[in-house]
Amino acid sequence: MCRADRKGTEEIDTRNYQVIELMEEIDLKKQIREILTPLQDRHVVLIPALQAVQEKFGHLPEVAMDEIGRVAGVSPNVVYGVASFYSQFRFIKPGEHMIKICLGTACHVRGAAGLVESLERELHIEPGKTTPDGKFSLEEVRCFGSCALAPVIVVDDQVYGNVTTAKTKEILDEFN
Amino acid sequence: MDFTALRNKAIKEWQALWSGDKPLILVGLATCGMAAGANAVLKAIKDELARRNIEANIIPIGCIGLCYLEPLVDIVKPGKPRICYSHVTPEKAIKLIEDYLINDNPHPDLALGTFGDSTVDNIPKFFELKMLKPQVRIATRNCGHINPEDINHYIAKDGYSGLNKSLGMHPKEVITEVEKSGLRGRGGAGFPTWRKWDEARNSKATPKFVVCNADEGDPGAFMDRSVLEGDPHAILEGMAIAGYAIGTPNGYIYVRAEYPLAVRRLNIAIDQAKKTGLLGNNILDSGFSFDIEIMQGAGAFVCGEGSALMYSIEGKRGMPRVRPPRSVASGLWGLPTSLNNVETFANVPPIIINGGDWHAGYGTETSKGTKTFALTGKINRPGLIEVPMGITLRQIIYEIGGGIPGDKPFKAIQTGGPSGGCLPETLLDTPVDFETLTKAGSIMGSGGMVVLDKDTCIVDVARYFIAFCRDESCGKCVPCREGLPLMSKILERITQGEGNAEDIEQLMDMGKTIINSSLCGLGNSAPNPVLSSIRYFRDEWEAHAIDKKCPALVCKALINFYILPDKCAGCGICLRACPVEAISGGKRMVHVIDQDKCIKCGTCLEKCPERFSAIVKMTGEHVAVPKEPVPITTT
Repeated sequence: MCRADRKGTEEIDTRNYQVIELMEEIDLKKQIREILTPLQDRHVVLIPALQAVQEKFGHLPEVAMDEIGRVAGVSPNVVYGVASFYSQFRFIKPGEHMIKICLGTACHVRGAAGLVESLERELHIEPGKTTPDGKFSLEEVRCFGSCALAPVIVVDDQVYGNVTTAKTKEILDEFN
Repeated sequence: MDFTALRNKAIKEWQALWSGDKPLILVGLATCGMAAGANAVLKAIKDELARRNIEANIIPIGCIGLCYLEPLVDIVKPGKPRICYSHVTPEKAIKLIEDYLINDNPHPDLALGTFGDSTVDNIPKFFELKMLKPQVRIATRNCGHINPEDINHYIAKDGYSGLNKSLGMHPKEVITEVEKSGLRGRGGAGFPTWRKWDEARNSKATPKFVVCNADEGDPGAFMDRSVLEGDPHAILEGMAIAGYAIGTPNGYIYVRAEYPLAVRRLNIAIDQAKKTGLLGNNILDSGFSFDIEIMQGAGAFVCGEGSALMYSIEGKRGMPRVRPPRSVASGLWGLPTSLNNVETFANVPPIIINGGDWHAGYGTETSKGTKTFALTGKINRPGLIEVPMGITLRQIIYEIGGGIPGDKPFKAIQTGGPSGGCLPETLLDTPVDFETLTKAGSIMGSGGMVVLDKDTCIVDVARYFIAFCRDESCGKCVPCREGLPLMSKILERITQGEGNAEDIEQLMDMGKTIINSSLCGLGNSAPNPVLSSIRYFRDEWEAHAIDKKCPALVCKALINFYILPDKCAGCGICLRACPVEAISGGKRMVHVIDQDKCIKCGTCLEKCPERFSAIVKMTGEHVAVPKEPVPITTT
């Protein structure tokens, strides 16, 4: 699957939308507008707006897409079209801790594939998913540019280098 | 505003920092340093100095390129040369403060090298070290020597002198100087930089744009990251000079999302440059204005491609377009846009300061100057290097890189990222430049160089690169969108042991078609790793496709793990370690791996004590093992 049809097969998680009470929804919209207001003067708004919203909420809530479209001057389907093209954007709320595993060339030749399997075994989820308790999300990243420390795993903002299968368990324990 | 006065002030402060009466401590705090633990070292240093009531200047520095030696800490004791210490831990830092700062023991056992003319007994000179001697650091000149968050450091080291000089020249003279230098695009395409600027300058439409490609999408490449984190002003100055030459006040830097520290440092640098009057309106009272805005990428490899990058800046899906028209005529919003790579811009200020002929003094006939490379993979000294063009691959791998860990046999070097190819040992004496690497079947690319040894499977590497390009394809054109998944399926079958001889021919055929008919550079070059590895490593491909063997013992479907009955001591370590309980056995019983349950993770092989060495990994062969655990027979 190329990037054009990847997101099409993913379910947009509307659970968080359905359970939000009306008051909470209004508050969410207010927060989103506050984030977007300073961007209105920029020459190009759309991608910075998507990035700013995701920075705050960890993902793109459905209510944000209309607001972003309004500020950027494009229709919501254009917003979705752009957001779904880029891997950075998530439509589903991530876990408390984001585990990103590097799949760059240097990491690959130094055993990253084995680390992915090890993390899948420990967490019982595939890359792109979140554990049922909401604790961890697992993502694959193409390259962090820390190749001399391959293989590399990043949890939240912490970079771990020279990771082995045994170390993956230790790293997870740090967050438990 | 007087640049000379600004510069003199910066130089004075710089000299006071280095020759003052307080010690100066430099701590490597780029991404690699931090990943190696430099933050803890910094804290330990600060705490210890406070505890002992010692006043010192501590500055963060960028990556000096010796990533495998991080964390790096340099100490400059008043009156003594700068000494670099490697693999520094909080404990070692505390020791160095006591032994060197307070007493006079510079600890040659922990030191890497000294800088400058004077020496210290038993410590070699830094730039004489084997891995540094062949290097010529132009683009990375300041990385690891200045605080990237202090513009005055940059100014003291000839920073913005290039821009100042340019503003006193006619824009066409600036372009002529770049032409004399022979500078070619360092992003990989190698297009003459002066020509791009000249064509943008001559394009009639306005406004025009100068854009810096800081996407660095190639997995395995981090040259640009190091420069952005270690010397961000070099990019700003290079872009401003380009803006002056072309005649535009508009600059954009497109940085990938995965480089948050680079974004942060660039923002600080832009802010400082504006406050100092070296960016923004009417720079140095010249009448020339230049401003830079940062756009962040959002996770798309294809946005490293020029036209896709520009669409991304415009807030669209990053899907490349047909050329002509070229971006210098019609780029961002259909307007003249000159796009250059980070490294290209970093080379510009020294070219203006020292003259184009100076730059042309390095390199080969067709490829002048130096090139940075990210040397990684199965190599003893992975890191960031900068070498004159014309150096051989052998010199890079063995002199600078220190050879393969464990002295294992060299297999191949993969250059140019997913667009490049794998070159075998017979080509190690190839001098590195744009043309020679292309002729050999690879490309120089942006500078990724991954070393592979006999334990790396070439077919697996090819499969990896095709899967990468398949996932990153924008989806616009048929050859790339449909062709890469088809190639990928064949590669999966081969690595699963379901290949045949025709598969290799078909991969070559499809590969050539995709190269010839794809719309952009991604599709044009994605099959390169497959084609180049079939060219040089045909027997390894045939082993997989026909014999169903993986000589490097990597492809899981083609290997088996066995416990040797005559070596097993029945200790049970492997049984307990196996994550899927595929091993059965008992005390003093020969353990047995259930081949149906085994997931080939290799944990048992890792854990089996060396004195027994009872576990083997094999391909295409079977070992006679009991069906169930049996008592160990002692002979």
